[in-house]
Amino acid sequence: MIEIINQGIGSSFQDLGRIGFKHLGVGLGGAADRPSHGLANRLVGNPESMATIETCGGLCVRLHRHATVVVTGARGTIDVRHGPPMAVNGTAHLPAGAEITLRSPDDGLRYYLAVRGGLDVAPVLGSCSFDTLAGIGPQLSSGDRFAIGPDPNTPLVAEFGIRPPLSTLIHLYEGPRRDWFTDAAWTLLTTQAFVVSASSNRVGARLTGPVLERRHHRELPSEGLVEGAIEVPPDGQPIVMLADCPVTGGYPVIAVVDRDDLPWVAQARPGTALQFRHSGG
Amino acid sequence: MRLLPYGPRAVLAEYDSLAEVMAVSDVLRAAAVPGVVDVVPAARTVLVHHNGVDRVALEALLQPTDQAPRPVGPLVEIPVVYDGADLAEVASATGMSAADVIDMHSSTTFSAAFLGFTPGWAYLVGLPPPLHLPRRSTPRTAVPAGSVAIANEFSGVYPTTSPGGWHLLGHTIVPMFDASRAKPALVVDGDRVRFVPS
Repeated sequence: MIEIINQGIGSSFQDLGRIGFKHLGVGLGGAADRPSHGLANRLVGNPESMATIETCGGLCVRLHRHATVVVTGARGTIDVRHGPPMAVNGTAHLPAGAEITLRSPDDGLRYYLAVRGGLDVAPVLGSCSFDTLAGIGPQLSSGDRFAIGPDPNTPLVAEFGIRPPLSTLIHLYEGPRRDWFTDAAWTLLTTQAFVVSASSNRVGARLTGPVLERRHHRELPSEGLVEGAIEVPPDGQPIVMLADCPVTGGYPVIAVVDRDDLPWVAQARPGTALQFRHSGG
Repeated sequence: MRLLPYGPRAVLAEYDSLAEVMAVSDVLRAAAVPGVVDVVPAARTVLVHHNGVDRVALEALLQPTDQAPRPVGPLVEIPVVYDGADLAEVASATGMSAADVIDMHSSTTFSAAFLGFTPGWAYLVGLPPPLHLPRRSTPRTAVPAGSVAIANEFSGVYPTTSPGGWHLLGHTIVPMFDASRAKPALVVDGDRVRFVPS
């Protein structure tokens, strides 16, 4: 059993998302930084599809039995009471009664906490992800208790390469509505810095920077969105769509972030300056 | 049909009409092309999510075809109280009385073309042309769940409270989406829908 003593900030269960429900208007969702979610599961011998807890810090949990636990993603200090010390990306074997608190990250935004055997949460439409836009999925709040699943009987591995430092250089491709914008807008997007705003969330990273001017001012009929799409509302300030983005959107998409760089956007704290580069294609 | 770039793992195809969109998305879904993860039809586009696909085969299937009309789906009746905040504005913009607007909207049998935006958001077609109005110039930051609305060629019901720019004609208390139901979305594509004044 694991008990949520303090739910912290932006904490939710996440996995690989809800696959194949777009025809009902249900988006993919899932961990905003998938590689960190996957790493957390691998480090404790879980399949990558198992739910982890994504949190921006402040999360405090108590173990009611011994368990193998890891925290990945953002870099920050982990305080352990009644147990041995632990660090980000280091698998820890903790005794019953141990209490883990994740401090506010020093670098990055989202931690992933995995417990060997997983946590007993009920999937909704095939996934344990909480979709913050749709309000679908199992919830997590202070005082909740979750059973720890059976030991997977897998060997523990010493990972696989700890991840490189967080990058702020983001590669992108031209989007479907690139031609709705002036060439000057494209040049600004791919040469100037754009700063992550505090109103960002799991739906999108809202950026502030030079205004991206449109060539056309007509109305765009809603069209399909992908994670990583950069939508530009009428104010000219781009939004990078993250895990909980809607299935369709009504603003023109100027560019698409390369999938490999999307975790860096999801981990960019408010105030971070991102630099976009055109990847061609 | 125009193919638009959308990164290495998606293709957006743009069409002249919603009928072409429907025909192509039905063909694509039935074809179950290897590598295609999801097909998202919208008003004038079909978005194909894939993880590596035979581009030639995909592009052939994206060509608009003469498709037999969709089989007629089941009829879903949605009770509506026509008390929407934009009823008077819609009446004046269309040169009709509010009673005529209500009558026209509630005597139409709509058809669900596709779902999008958020869970259970069905885009209903069949709206009589006199009621076609562009979206509001300033969207509302919060439209209450259950709002029955129109914009352009569509009618729809907001499943949850969300930002929105459609014209509000009324509201329903019937939940459009409930993940715990066997059929989570009240209306799925192909269904016919009638709004019943209550």
